Amino acid sequence: MNIQVRERPQGASTVVAKTAIADCDIHPARASKTELYPFLAKRWHAHLETYQEHPYQGMLEGPPYPKAQPNAARRDAYPPEGGQQGSSLSFMQKQHLDPNNVVLGVLNPLRTGQGLRNHDLAAAICSAINDWQIEKWTSKDSRLKGSVVVANEDGATAAKEIRKRAGDKNFVQVLLLSRNVEPLGQRRYWPIYEAAEEAGLPIGVHAFGFGGNPITASGWPSYYIEEMVGHSQCQQTALASLVLEGVFERHPKLNMIMVEAGFGWAPSLAWRLDKVWQRLGSEVPHVKRPPSEYIREHIWWTTQPMEDPERRQELFDVIEWIGWDKLLFATDYPHWDFDDPSRVLPPGVSDANREAFYLGNARKVYGLA
Amino acid sequence: MTSPLPGGVDCDLHPAVAHLTSLLPYLNDYWRDQVTTRGMVDLVSQSYPTRSPISSRPDWRPAKGKPGERLIDMQSQALDPFKVAYGILNPLYGVQMVFSEDMQDAFCRALNDWLAKEWLDKDARLRGSIVIPTQSVEKSVAEIERCAKDPRFVQVLMLVMGDVPLGKRALWPIYATAERLGLPIGIHAGSAYHNPPTSVGWGSYHIEDYVAQAQAFQTQLTSIIVEGVFARHPKLKMVMLESGFTWLAPFVWRLHKFWRGTRMETPWFDRPPMEIVQSNIRFSLQPVDAPPDPVVLNRLFDHMQSDELILFSTDYPHWQFEDEKALPEGLSADLVHKIMIDNPYATYGRLKQTATAA
Repeated sequence: MNIQVRERPQGASTVVAKTAIADCDIHPARASKTELYPFLAKRWHAHLETYQEHPYQGMLEGPPYPKAQPNAARRDAYPPEGGQQGSSLSFMQKQHLDPNNVVLGVLNPLRTGQGLRNHDLAAAICSAINDWQIEKWTSKDSRLKGSVVVANEDGATAAKEIRKRAGDKNFVQVLLLSRNVEPLGQRRYWPIYEAAEEAGLPIGVHAFGFGGNPITASGWPSYYIEEMVGHSQCQQTALASLVLEGVFERHPKLNMIMVEAGFGWAPSLAWRLDKVWQRLGSEVPHVKRPPSEYIREHIWWTTQPMEDPERRQELFDVIEWIGWDKLLFATDYPHWDFDDPSRVLPPGVSDANREAFYLGNARKVYGLA
Repeated sequence: MTSPLPGGVDCDLHPAVAHLTSLLPYLNDYWRDQVTTRGMVDLVSQSYPTRSPISSRPDWRPAKGKPGERLIDMQSQALDPFKVAYGILNPLYGVQMVFSEDMQDAFCRALNDWLAKEWLDKDARLRGSIVIPTQSVEKSVAEIERCAKDPRFVQVLMLVMGDVPLGKRALWPIYATAERLGLPIGIHAGSAYHNPPTSVGWGSYHIEDYVAQAQAFQTQLTSIIVEGVFARHPKLKMVMLESGFTWLAPFVWRLHKFWRGTRMETPWFDRPPMEIVQSNIRFSLQPVDAPPDPVVLNRLFDHMQSDELILFSTDYPHWQFEDEKALPEGLSADLVHKIMIDNPYATYGRLKQTATAA
């Protein structure tokens, strides 16, 4: 984590840092407002300049819960040539990909058109972002792979975009956010799942998004920390919806990755789902097997922000209950709550588990093994 | 089976209001008239549809009427078998769903009076929670002060999914009053449905709503901790009722990690969250939400770093366990004693007072 005041000590365990790793959550950014224009039809240039973005929340400049750091990113991640953190490929290579030996970096663009109320605009920006990922990032550094960003509230359009990108090796997943107009299991999103399964692409469900709902079931909280901690609850509820709507029963080849919401919550949620399903299963006959089985078969988790109990053995208990084969290492570069690969796993982890955690699991789930 | 100990406290029992007409004797003329002329029938929350399997264990479901409607059933099905010294009643009648603060206040007063007269008066083991009209903080404070005169009311009851997050300062007069009167706040599963019943919108199913209670407790815990409720009200206890608890340790780890990085916004949040949980927050036992392996459950208790957090409950008449197996397998005798006896008495200060009607 980027603690504001403390100096970051240099030269930590470089031996461990040189292990080849996958980083399953990197956030590439635009250096300027117009960087997307070459990929966006002209009508949208004027539209954006006049009407801006019209999201499912009120603020046009900045997020409703202001971040802890500018752009929620590390202060040392501003590229020397200018632009916001994460907007320079060369600086990302220099600061992160090269020294941390990232051999597979999954790009999760945010600010993409998802969560916009103008669904035509949303679709246009999403498609442009996908072209931009290829042009600026994945065609220039083969370690980087993109996520197909889609107009999440318009199932048919989203499915079309997925089909357009299917088979394109620049992309390893479809990207959704956890907060939408409805919980992700709802049928308005089903065309997305059909298309992703058909394309052989897993779906990354990343924290954030806006769908017009208060971010807790008891209304809007006051503070940024509540939003950040709350991604755990939003992810849990989105996952429960996916399972209880039978998405994995209908799409047995579809996998999903829960991104940037931690994973410590998973065992308890699975136990609770199983118990309640035994009681109330007659309400959802399409859920033919215990929910924990669908979770075990179809769900992976990225590790950042990794839970950090005082007694590390407790974390290992939780990982045992989830499975070492289910975790995908991620740094969330360039965000401030970045997990440093050289610090994240203490000694005592077997070589096999270490390799799976840092790289093997990611290669498998993204079809790059 | 882990045997229960006699002399404990059942911290979560649900007496049912048969019908809105049951409250008529406790309403004034105006509200009696409102109910009858407007054809108001009943206040049933979709958190607990009457015939849903969760709402009642099959052998506790009466042939007629709502589960939990009759004292004689509660006695023979919960109070007697578990040989409790006390049972705390948490009515789940849907008064929180009402939008008018006057109407809500009238129904809450009637409900609390009904509870005292038809339950607390009739079995010396019974204690009550004060249901408050959360549409109005002022009226809530007044109702707490009114009912607290009767020492058999031992707690203030709120829902986990209300109108605003529970840590919000607008609600603090409720907490100040409760703290002053030595009453814990019980936060119970259920929604007023004034917000979507999940943090990502309206799901399709009752089962979804029920699962989502756990996530709601998590966001509420975040709220009450980061807003500094216990910094301002250090003697106040809050009891999470029907919340589950096996999610607690990883939840606190996450909150702790973000606390370290974002303290500048909430400087009053000045102690590690696990310390705050241990000093001010408790959880009723049911539902347990654990895997079948008792070793794992005992590990979870280790992760929670305290044996003082869990308070015995049956959640009667909700269906959370079979027979008398309220206590999970594999708990040590010490832990059973804590759960059934020590922890509830430490939490509910009024239990030690002699019970007399007001």
